[in-house]
Amino acid sequence: MNAMWTLAGGSLVLALASALSGLAATERRPALLRQLSLPLFTLAGLAALVGGLWVLGTRATGTLQLPLGLPWLPWRLHLDALSGFFLALIGLLSIAVGIYGRGYVREFENGRDSLPALGFFSGLFLFSMLLVVLAGGALVFMVAWELMTLSSYFLVAFQHEQAANRRGAFLYLLMGQMGGVFILLAFGVLASFAGSFSFAAMRSIHLPGVWASIAFVLAFIGFGMKAGLVPVHTWLPEAHPAAPSHISALMSGVMLKVAVYGFLRVIFDLLGPSHWQWGVVVLVIGSISALLGVLLALMQNDLKRLLAYSSTENLGIIFIGLGLSMIFIGTGHAVLGVLALLAALYHTLNHTLFKGLLFMGAGAILHSTHERDLDQMGGLLRRMPWTGWFFLIGSISISGLPPLNGFVSEWLTFQAALQAWHLENGLLRALIPLAAVALALTGALAAACFVKVYGIAFLGRARSRHVRRAHQVPMSMRIGQGLLAALCVAAGLLPASIITLLGGVPWQLLGTGLSPADAQSWLWLTPISKTAASYSAPLVLMALLLLFAATVIFLRRGAVRRVRRSDPWDGGFAPPTPRMQYTAAAFAQPLRRVFAPLLQVEEHVTKSPDGSPRYRLQVTDRTIDLLYTPWVRAMDRITRYIARLQGGHLRAYLGWTLGALVLLLWMVLL
Amino acid sequence: MNTAGIAFSVLQGLAYVLLAPLLLGWVGKVKATLQNRRGAGVLQPARNVYKLLGKETRVAHTASPLFRITPYVVFVATLLAAAIVPLLATNLPSAAVADIIVVAGLLGLARFFLALAGMDVGTAFGGMGASREMMVSSFAEPALLMAVFTLAWSAHSTNLAGIIDHQLSDARLLPSMLFALASLVLVAVAETGRIPVDNPSTHLELTMIHEAMILEYSGRHLALLEWAAQIRLMLYGALIANIFFPWGIATRPSLLALAMGMAAIVGKLLILGAGLALSETVAAKMRFFKTPIFLSLAFLLALIGLLSHVILESGG
Repeated sequence: MNAMWTLAGGSLVLALASALSGLAATERRPALLRQLSLPLFTLAGLAALVGGLWVLGTRATGTLQLPLGLPWLPWRLHLDALSGFFLALIGLLSIAVGIYGRGYVREFENGRDSLPALGFFSGLFLFSMLLVVLAGGALVFMVAWELMTLSSYFLVAFQHEQAANRRGAFLYLLMGQMGGVFILLAFGVLASFAGSFSFAAMRSIHLPGVWASIAFVLAFIGFGMKAGLVPVHTWLPEAHPAAPSHISALMSGVMLKVAVYGFLRVIFDLLGPSHWQWGVVVLVIGSISALLGVLLALMQNDLKRLLAYSSTENLGIIFIGLGLSMIFIGTGHAVLGVLALLAALYHTLNHTLFKGLLFMGAGAILHSTHERDLDQMGGLLRRMPWTGWFFLIGSISISGLPPLNGFVSEWLTFQAALQAWHLENGLLRALIPLAAVALALTGALAAACFVKVYGIAFLGRARSRHVRRAHQVPMSMRIGQGLLAALCVAAGLLPASIITLLGGVPWQLLGTGLSPADAQSWLWLTPISKTAASYSAPLVLMALLLLFAATVIFLRRGAVRRVRRSDPWDGGFAPPTPRMQYTAAAFAQPLRRVFAPLLQVEEHVTKSPDGSPRYRLQVTDRTIDLLYTPWVRAMDRITRYIARLQGGHLRAYLGWTLGALVLLLWMVLL
Repeated sequence: MNTAGIAFSVLQGLAYVLLAPLLLGWVGKVKATLQNRRGAGVLQPARNVYKLLGKETRVAHTASPLFRITPYVVFVATLLAAAIVPLLATNLPSAAVADIIVVAGLLGLARFFLALAGMDVGTAFGGMGASREMMVSSFAEPALLMAVFTLAWSAHSTNLAGIIDHQLSDARLLPSMLFALASLVLVAVAETGRIPVDNPSTHLELTMIHEAMILEYSGRHLALLEWAAQIRLMLYGALIANIFFPWGIATRPSLLALAMGMAAIVGKLLILGAGLALSETVAAKMRFFKTPIFLSLAFLLALIGLLSHVILESGG
């Protein structure tokens, strides 16, 4: 019990220490960031990981009252399996980011960017994320939540000389604050019925139907905004690419997961997921986010932007699982709800691992070539082999291909969806297969998307001179990536063990769990029953390796062993140049044509001054035009009226003040 | 998991490896006959693979190590996917290791590497093939899953052996199965690179998909890739034959039942192969930008099958 709080508290203190020591990394001692702040960051992550695993393993719970705040409004921390899981998740990625960052920030040391700001806000960002999942009441939660939004805003705006970064940061701050307001209102509904801000009091009351639904809608909008679900995802592709890459990894890998945590805490824990209608809403939004996210990712040429859109896709998959879980629980199938919830949690873990890895890979490319545009890259696998092979593992994982981890969570989500035959409601029986269709389509498109990324960036020949001069990244960056790549493989091979570990979360939230199918439970993943579906990742990998060995041995005999190098086939014309290769835009062209009605595709061919034709392609998100522009226009019009108040005349201002005063007095006295 | 079961699984895997070239040879022979040609013998694809295995392997200067491991990955993943699909018998340990989603995943893994290898050398053809292949599979893979889910829904199982057992014990012709069958046939045509989506016997740049990706391969690498393509054709044949027409498949691991199962699957594959040859003779290759229509047809048929099954057929 005490060890648990020592670890959790230790991670908070270490994160703060990392922030403060980062502050000291001024121009005179720039190396301090690398030598003190980031190691402290890693240690904070380690403490959080061990503490989280401890809680998950022992299934202990506990509350800690801080000697802080007003007597009637105490600051309380709370630890249970749910917060333990997310604590471990944050810790895991922070370890890798702390190690990786040591190499990555080196290039900032000679730049104009402010290192103390980077160090301070990185540490504060980690601190606030840890505090969100440790919060035991709405007050601490909201304070930490806002701290998280603000500290990450400064990280997004880190390289603020570029206008695009400033714009992305502002959009992020705006939407982050709006989401915060929705969450605050949701807590307001809960707190006004519970009469207290503590989660324990909120959990014990039962909200009347209408107010429960209002709280659900408010919380879903608020957390959905942070999670980057369609249609409130627009900040995500602007903000994530703007931050330094190790921070992008942290934002995409865990900050979006903190939103998932908030959703689980409020909906599953405090409100109780008793209405299947809520599940339908979550399922539909999740499916749309997954599909639209992957389509938009496929159309991007900027690597980090592409990864950001892919986060929307993966959060959509997580919310498909959560929606399924809510539907099953709402209709009284608790065990199936557990299965869907585990699928969502597994994908949460997976997305943290592979998206962290991929953002680090993008950062390594950026570090080595200063290039984010896919159409300038090529042939990086031979110039940066470590990054290249790690990135391949991440790409296979995110495409949901066996035997790696992305496949396991997609498999579990499919299995949960296929259990919809238990339901009586005809609408649900038709809706859930449609979500499975969306998931299948998403998986296939994600594979296309990452073939494009990997094929264009790492294979083929370099498309520009600076990419041709790419070099190996420092050892610390390789270790950071390697750690996550190894975990991707491990999470793909030992799904049954990980599900046992995650089992504490559904036990806590729903009071039930899955029963292991047989004694060899680590070998077999049989979520429903042995006859319904089984998948044994270790055996699949073993079979693959055995067949591989057999094929190699078989081919060794008789055949000509030597492999001769020669030029590629040139079609009988001039030797091929790197510019003849397919580009990222060309690769996506067939799918762009098919899905054009869902996207906004603008293609122009213009004549440049020297007479040669120029091709310009722009694919934009339709949601901006459909949903945001009308609002912005309306806001503009309203503010223009309000602006009339500010005429610049002192007497007018005094008049307004007097009027307001009279009005208030009238209201009070009445 | 007993020894006999493992032995039978290995036997079934070997049957795929050895019979796959013959199936392709049979399709070619029937096609030639229908077109009033004499054609090559049934053994010709097997001879081709054997010849390529003995030839020198050449690799472009610009190729990375990924290019050299791809043929092995593709061959192994395809073979494992095939070994999971019941060919001769249902109750084999190989079918319990994984289900249809894993089969689709393993085929996806093979395709992923093949598309990457196409882009590796840095010629325009490879990128073109990879781009087209991923477009085709973006529709075909979900359609495959939907078609099988239609059957899995009432079998309450995604294990292929479970689905086949359910079909055997409760044989009913439902409308949704016709939709699923039609969809699966279209998917099989698209995924094995046959007319009208792709033409395996052309190197005309405007129409190539699969051939464009493997253009740079030679020697034993090419042999492995061609062999893998043949196994994939047989995999789809066995999938269609055994889940829609499961009669004759061995349900007990005895030698007699296995011999019966062998005769049954050979008969079914001969009929399916002849059907493929017939359709390739009467249909023409489609323009590439028309293929999305073909593919979305397969996708929608699978969707109609699944929804009509869920809503109309599986009563409360």
